[in-house]
Amino acid sequence: MNPVEYRRPATADEALTLTGSAGARLLGGGTNLVDLMRKGVERPSLLADVSGLSSLIEPTEGGGLMIGAAARNSAVAAHPLVRAHYPMLARAILAGASAQIRNMATVGGNLMQRTRCLYFADTAGSRCNKRSPGSGCDALEGFNRYHAILGASGDCIAVHPSDMGVALAALDAQIRILSTGGIRVVPLTEFHRLPGDRPDLETALEPGELIVSIELPPSSVAARSAYRKVRDRASYAFALVSVAAGLAVRDGRVEDVRIAFGGVAPRPWRAFRAEAVLLGRPPTTEAFEEAAEAELQDATPLSGNSFKPNLVRRTMTAVLSELAGDDR
Amino acid sequence: MAIRINGAEVEAPEDARVSLLDLLRERVHLTGTKVGCNQGACGACTVLVDGERVLSCLTLAAQVDGRSVTTIEGLAEAEALHPLQAAFIDHDGFQCGYCTPGQICAAAAMLAEVAAGAPSYVTADLTAERVPLTREEIRERMSGNLCRCGAHNGIVDAILQVAAERAA
Repeated sequence: MNPVEYRRPATADEALTLTGSAGARLLGGGTNLVDLMRKGVERPSLLADVSGLSSLIEPTEGGGLMIGAAARNSAVAAHPLVRAHYPMLARAILAGASAQIRNMATVGGNLMQRTRCLYFADTAGSRCNKRSPGSGCDALEGFNRYHAILGASGDCIAVHPSDMGVALAALDAQIRILSTGGIRVVPLTEFHRLPGDRPDLETALEPGELIVSIELPPSSVAARSAYRKVRDRASYAFALVSVAAGLAVRDGRVEDVRIAFGGVAPRPWRAFRAEAVLLGRPPTTEAFEEAAEAELQDATPLSGNSFKPNLVRRTMTAVLSELAGDDR
Repeated sequence: MAIRINGAEVEAPEDARVSLLDLLRERVHLTGTKVGCNQGACGACTVLVDGERVLSCLTLAAQVDGRSVTTIEGLAEAEALHPLQAAFIDHDGFQCGYCTPGQICAAAAMLAEVAAGAPSYVTADLTAERVPLTREEIRERMSGNLCRCGAHNGIVDAILQVAAERAA
């Protein structure tokens, strides 16, 4: 690990003065950044520890929920309002990592964790366009079981590993970002960039900016929502496929629906096409499958994960069928 | 500021690269906390910070300046065994013992989380105030601690015993 200076800014404004400098990195729980520093992938010269800034979780005047960026993942999942009104978010967070890591990880840090694969972390033996732009990608023809089938490029096929982010994408979460110019708001579905030919650039956050909070708008589907994660072992593993979904049915037809996928794309993947297919239709198995097909029509499975489109279709259909219940 | 480790104050290291794990083992010579993978995958380095379980390998010592750390050496009173330590012996909750300090620290915090009503991924009713502590719940909640010897069944038995003692 390279020498690094550690600072603990007392306010968001003080954090901003630190983040603009070259080599500076914001530090949340450190569960991803400290690991990558030890592996020599990340080499910051300054760590601005923002994990002591706002961790407030409170209802907004408009009927939504505001979550401070420094709130711990475990605190969000255990919060009574999240458990009661946003079950897909509580369940998604609880599906991620381990209890120890959820106690450490912040909400802002979870979104800022690197979009990555095993080749990215293998500094000794693997080529990676994300770690070393232009060097090539060993995952394309390598072990790519866990990699992306949607939104990837010929330069990078890594997935964003967050479970929490998948639920936030489905919930239309808005990310509030502070800079010296004030606050700007970015929808979570647009926060993570697709890799294109610059897989080293992962998010919309610019140097000199800080995520201060995540806002969940009021939602007609959040209360009847779920998150299901399919993985190689029952717990403490990254998703092969995950599905966050919320459903509102009225008079036998889908009145509103939100769907997002994890484990299949370089960002939490909001299934806008699938949602469009379902609106106004009776919530039947056939409709769910047709919606999944619409979302997957551009999918590009790899040598090691040709099973993924089918797994997405089945998982999505199962989750929505369960949510539809007797309305089906 | 200082780091309070098992009740004793220790100065945070000058070098920000020092992990909490290395501080504990190499500088304070509390070697009960173990180095397993050193990359957040195994749970052998689990300690409590302000009562919550964390991975000391992925925590920089500087991050816990001003906070309170409890390791396996500080879990019990004086020479007595902590109830979880006794229960792990009763139920053969280990073979080689390398993962055991992390398992026991994690279990201690896990029982507190359950007592506070925190749900897990397998909890059917997320809004329930009291979560029934089944084997399935324990396995899910302890999934961050791996045991290469395969003593997981004994570990679950040991935790169930302590939970039952506390409920009695």
